[in-house]
Amino acid sequence: MNKDIVIDLKDISVAFDGQPVLKNLNLYIRNREFITLLGPSGCGKTTTLRVIAGFLEPDSGDVIFDGASCLGVPPHKRQVNTIFQRYALFPHLNVYKNVAFGLKLLRLPAAEVERRVEEMLRTVNLTGFERRSVASLSGGQQQRVAIARALAVRPRVLLLDEPLGALDLKLRKDMQMELKNIQQQLGITFIYVTHDQEEALSMSDTIVVMDEGEIQQIGTPKDIYDEPKNAFVADFIGESNIVDGVMLADFRVRFAGMTFQCVDKGFAPSERVDVVVRPEDVDIVPPGSGVLQGTVTSVTFKGVHYEFIVDVQGFKWLIQSTDVQAVDDVIGISIKPDEIHIMKKSKYSDLVGDYSCFSDEFEEMSNPETDSEEEEE
Amino acid sequence: MPQSKGILSRVYTALILLFLYAPLLVMVLFSFNSGHSTAVFEGFTLHWYQELARNLDAQKVLKNTMLLAFAAAVVSVVLGTLAATGIDRVRRKWAKGLLLSVTNLPLMNPEIVTGVSMMLLFVFAQQLLNRFFGLEVRTLLGFGSLLAAHITFCLPYVILSVLPKLRQTDPHLAEAAQDLGCSPVLAFFKVVLPSISTGVFSAFLMAFTISLDDFVVSNFTSGSEFQTLPLYIYAMTKRKVRPDMYSLSSLVFFAIFALLILSNVLQARAEKRAAKQK
Amino acid sequence: MRKKNSPWLNAPYVLWSALFILAPLALVAVFAFTDQAGRFSLASFEYIAQNQQLYLKTFGDSLAYALEATVICLLLAFPLAYFMANARQRTQRLLMMLIMVPMWMNFVICTYSWRSILEDHGILNTALAWLHGLVSKEAFRPPALLDTPGAVVLGMVYNYLPFMILPIYTVMSKLEPSLTEAAQDLGANRWRVLEQVVVPLSIPGVVSGVTMVFVPSVSTFYISQKLGGGSSLIGDLIELQFLGSAYNFSLGAALSLILMAIVLVCMLVMKQFSDGEESAFVV
Repeated sequence: MNKDIVIDLKDISVAFDGQPVLKNLNLYIRNREFITLLGPSGCGKTTTLRVIAGFLEPDSGDVIFDGASCLGVPPHKRQVNTIFQRYALFPHLNVYKNVAFGLKLLRLPAAEVERRVEEMLRTVNLTGFERRSVASLSGGQQQRVAIARALAVRPRVLLLDEPLGALDLKLRKDMQMELKNIQQQLGITFIYVTHDQEEALSMSDTIVVMDEGEIQQIGTPKDIYDEPKNAFVADFIGESNIVDGVMLADFRVRFAGMTFQCVDKGFAPSERVDVVVRPEDVDIVPPGSGVLQGTVTSVTFKGVHYEFIVDVQGFKWLIQSTDVQAVDDVIGISIKPDEIHIMKKSKYSDLVGDYSCFSDEFEEMSNPETDSEEEEE
Repeated sequence: MPQSKGILSRVYTALILLFLYAPLLVMVLFSFNSGHSTAVFEGFTLHWYQELARNLDAQKVLKNTMLLAFAAAVVSVVLGTLAATGIDRVRRKWAKGLLLSVTNLPLMNPEIVTGVSMMLLFVFAQQLLNRFFGLEVRTLLGFGSLLAAHITFCLPYVILSVLPKLRQTDPHLAEAAQDLGCSPVLAFFKVVLPSISTGVFSAFLMAFTISLDDFVVSNFTSGSEFQTLPLYIYAMTKRKVRPDMYSLSSLVFFAIFALLILSNVLQARAEKRAAKQK
Repeated sequence: MRKKNSPWLNAPYVLWSALFILAPLALVAVFAFTDQAGRFSLASFEYIAQNQQLYLKTFGDSLAYALEATVICLLLAFPLAYFMANARQRTQRLLMMLIMVPMWMNFVICTYSWRSILEDHGILNTALAWLHGLVSKEAFRPPALLDTPGAVVLGMVYNYLPFMILPIYTVMSKLEPSLTEAAQDLGANRWRVLEQVVVPLSIPGVVSGVTMVFVPSVSTFYISQKLGGGSSLIGDLIELQFLGSAYNFSLGAALSLILMAIVLVCMLVMKQFSDGEESAFVV
């Protein structure tokens, strides 16, 4: 048994009213790790968190905490604490009393309570706010109180349920940094839930990509980005062009009517695969000199680079580049072997990765920042 | 909406208020009447108030009424808050619907039917006790039956006043408290109760006043031993009402008025404070 | 968000409701269909059928008085609720309070008080006589106001008017001001706004107001005794069976069942009007 593992979820299944929400989930979490559960609304990430916190008993499976099963242990006896989506600060208590809430329940001496509250408020930069009512605080400040309150009782593991979802973009970025710092400073395991892939990529040691109650991939942010396991992960993490292809032999793949060199091997001969090419990895070259050739159908300026939708034999590619092109320009496309990533076919193939109806509007609809996860309802 | 400040609307409002207050004004007026009549005003006197101070019967009845209302309010608030918490957590739609329908039943049913049915229950229970347990209970009607009846018709008001507050309360609050080390019961008292306290408090006031004022249900469930003010007055109106009853009612009227003004002022102040905080 | 379901939380209340709400109602049915010895019997219903002329008149009177009172309450309450909802916030609160006070006053003494006003030589007739004296030299012959059907309806209107005003007011005060503004913006004048926007949207309030006035009116047993002379309504008959000289529980229970049936039918009719909309419940 690995001593470094704090929490081990074994074959967890949960269903609400006959609808499976988690399907035989297996996941272990290492001590002092910053692990992120990432996925769209309803993927089961919040449910996983609630199973760990003890608010929800799984229908089957086991939760091992420090080597012992903690099934049946009520939430108030678990050494994990939660930061709730909308903070759940106690409105009838001031900042000090909110932070001291858990400490008082531990029956610590008053002086110790005070010392630890002050320490926590210092950690989250809220010294001087002790007597303020929580309703009078801004969203960011409320967030800090919630963090201080949960950390004051010194949990082994901190669960964070989309803690930054209600903040605006600027504040979010700041809080991301701050959370990461606090985690490293205190050496506490963080289990973080979000649907925001950027947040996940920038904060986590490990990312668990989930969809439909199943883990799609576990890995470091770099693994997940560079080596997505299937079309869902490739599409959910960053932008991807996902094209149908056939593996001709090791290191040789055929897609879009051409044969490409690649760095992947180990597929059956002539196996049908999904080919992923990140938009920033596509090189635009003069027409005729590339392997592929296409027509620009849309151009969007993104600040630093341009985003083009390029029609290549009916398939729309998303390409990011700093070169200027105009609509209806014919361009050549070239892709380097190590920028082609081959994935096995999955149930997500053909559902994602084509930009034929792409627009910024869709982007926002599929990734709304205010989207709250109410998968339990 | 546009502000309507027309003369017409003011006159109309005044007329309706005059209608609503006419018998109350008559009551106050005749409580100061020097004659015995409750129809012809003969001159001003405080005689009936002095008479009331000497009327031990009326005082006992008033005490009974307050005691009953207080007990009914306390029990119904405790039971009702518990019930609301339970109903709020029921997840099966049909079970929730059933519970709410039963809760609404006493509100929908004519009061007289509630009273009659309660009376039958106590009469039936008394017969059962005597027949099958060999007891010789003369009647079950009295303070106990009144209390049970009052709790029963107060409960729906309590539940319907607490339930919305519970729905507004962030369910994560109780979870957060448990997360920080509260047992579920402690979490209720430390976190949930404070956030529904306004609902619980107004439920208490409502239950208290409804019980205080109840006549119809009490009429059927009181028996002869224990009388409340409305029943006492009712018994009196069957013969001739003594003007000191007008004095008593006037005092109640002034008390209610004062209480409502007080709560109004407090509410206005609270609103001002809330506005300031924003 | 899911809350944990704890069955024991509901146990006390379920027990209480079963014992004090459901069991008593079941007993009403049991008593209605049994005789003194506890055997099944339709005697009470047969008795009512045999004396149907008497009972039909009582039921008819009860229904007619209650309907009249309900309609009058609605006509009186609707404009008032509208004025209230459009008044300033402070005025609204004051009026609310003024309307609540009579609700909390003892219903028996208020009703009795009306006698002083309506008596042959009471306050109203004295006032009428004085007015009469201003315009005519003839001797004033006071009209009989007390102990008439009119007085009974008046008693009902008086006692239950607040229960009509408050729900309608509550619904109206929650109407978005932008709705009427939008209607005006689209060219509706004040009457059109009232007719096309305010009235239809107040229906839930009206429905619960009508229920809250009709049900107690149709089942009242005191008002008719005090203001209607000897006239008796269903409520009086029921009281007579349980507390009065008649003392016939079975007949009383049968009458209660009929009363419940009448109320149930009226509720169903009202439900047609609210049709899916949640009726505004005001306490």
